[in-house]
Amino acid sequence: MKILTQHIDVPGIETIDVFMKNGGYKAVEKAIKTMTPDEVTEEVKKSGLRGRGGAGFPMGMKWSFLAKPEGVPRYLVCNADESEPGTFKDHYLMMKSPHTLIEGMIVSSFALGANTSYIYVRGELMYVINILEKAIQEAYDKGLLGKNILGSGYDLDLFVQPGGGAYICGEETALLESLEGKRGNPRNKPPFPAVKGLWQCPTVVNNVESIAATSWIVNNGGDAYAAIGVGRSTGTKLISASGHIKKPGVYEIPLGITVEEFIYSDEYCGGIRDGHKLKAVVAGGSSVPILSADNILTTDAGEKRLMTYESLSEGGFATGTMLGSGGFIVMDETTCIVHNTLTFARFYHHESCGQCSPCREGTGWMDKVIKRIETGKGRSEDIDLLVDVAKKIEGNTICPLGDAAAWPVAAAIRHFRDEFEWHITHPEEATKPGAVYMRPGASWSN
Amino acid sequence: MSNIVFPAETLDLIKKIIARYPDEKQKSAILPILHLAQAEWKWCSPAVMDYVATLLSISPIEVYEVASFYTMFHLEPVGEHVIEYCRTGPCCLMGGVEVYDHLKKRLGIQTGETTKDGKFTIKEVECLAACGWGPVFQIREKYHMHLTNEKVDEIIDELSK
Repeated sequence: MKILTQHIDVPGIETIDVFMKNGGYKAVEKAIKTMTPDEVTEEVKKSGLRGRGGAGFPMGMKWSFLAKPEGVPRYLVCNADESEPGTFKDHYLMMKSPHTLIEGMIVSSFALGANTSYIYVRGELMYVINILEKAIQEAYDKGLLGKNILGSGYDLDLFVQPGGGAYICGEETALLESLEGKRGNPRNKPPFPAVKGLWQCPTVVNNVESIAATSWIVNNGGDAYAAIGVGRSTGTKLISASGHIKKPGVYEIPLGITVEEFIYSDEYCGGIRDGHKLKAVVAGGSSVPILSADNILTTDAGEKRLMTYESLSEGGFATGTMLGSGGFIVMDETTCIVHNTLTFARFYHHESCGQCSPCREGTGWMDKVIKRIETGKGRSEDIDLLVDVAKKIEGNTICPLGDAAAWPVAAAIRHFRDEFEWHITHPEEATKPGAVYMRPGASWSN
Repeated sequence: MSNIVFPAETLDLIKKIIARYPDEKQKSAILPILHLAQAEWKWCSPAVMDYVATLLSISPIEVYEVASFYTMFHLEPVGEHVIEYCRTGPCCLMGGVEVYDHLKKRLGIQTGETTKDGKFTIKEVECLAACGWGPVFQIREKYHMHLTNEKVDEIIDELSK
């Protein structure tokens, strides 16, 4: 079942003519000519679509929070600041099929009553920004953007805004600060963007993939979307697969397939690279808890784990994780968990905006202490120190970056504590190039 | 440094960029203009940032604080080609560390340094959202993906011509 990527490999799909030949922009026509904005919102609510950037908040509900005071502009801002390590789905979608996003932007802006909308793209993707701007111009030329779209009386201007290289701007209030031309420091909430967002006006911020899915929902109805998937995990999800698999790439899956199928079937990752065994997976981008091979494939109850919000989080943080952004990083037995955790800790240390002390100081501490362990200078008390620092960051910051920094460290120790201990007790062995600890009896150990 | 003025066509483009935002919200154009400035002058010197401030009728500090927050802006002079390699987990899993070591050896410089001939600067950056295509580095707008030592050599050879 493909919704977002059905035509992604059609030659020329980045041009509006080919896109329209393949059914593109039908949703704009249907929404604007035959539906009211509230009817579009109602279909999105019915679809059960949840925010695909990582938080998984029901999109229709988020839309329904939008304040609509008279005479005040409302804005839709697309969050295309994709920066969560392991995640490259929005990059892929926008690069290959920019009109898929633009069509969703028009439909969603119409539903929200926005007459100006922005797509905030991370600045490193300047080549994708160029692709989007070219596609937007095509849409203007066809009367799908601008004044009086398709003769309906509805006006919409759409602009692309580049970021400047800051992970934190993927947090919606930091993104709005950035779009206002400031440093990306997250705002205190409330007020929420739905009430006071961009330039203090009511604003909805949604992820690329979420917005792109609204066109299909308009065309086929919210019920049809909700019929895909399992329980509250409806529809399809783009999964960015990276690491030690045969076929890294972006895959659109119907939510509800098993993790095992996703990793091993030829339709998706194609299995672990030849001659190697699965050791660990980070299932939803660097911030979600890492799980060992056993925990990712099977829940505590002994059931096969599914690619859904609920199944991945089953067992809580003790044995579960999160679907997050769908950044699926696979590691085989050659992976040193301490080194991988160091790259994540370094990442969050680098990307902390510095506003809240627990995050600013704590991410630095975790980076330093893990580096000490990785380079063979660890002390026996360091592991508990890391757990303590992670605890003190979690829940104590304005935005979720603090949690995102704490979780991967805490989880790596929870599931691979022996590997950290080995680095501390066997520094000479552990610092040899390519040295990796083998847990006795583990399914990935020789 | 008094010759810091954008070409006429860039100034036209800047007018269009400012028109994307409501009246008096022209400060939103800082990031787009800083990107244009860096493309023009390679790095964001204090004089360049002051010039950006005058274009937007804002105080220079408003540009400095933004330029220093976002990692894409070079606040020191850089070489002709800035190679920004991704050092985050997924690229490392794909052999990034070895490839980047080769890059440094090949150019004879460390991260953050510029070759003596001013041709290359190496910087390490965080995740470039290309994890399935790693190891990755970026030179200006171009992503170079699935890097190997041989591929790095080819790219450096090409740019050295």
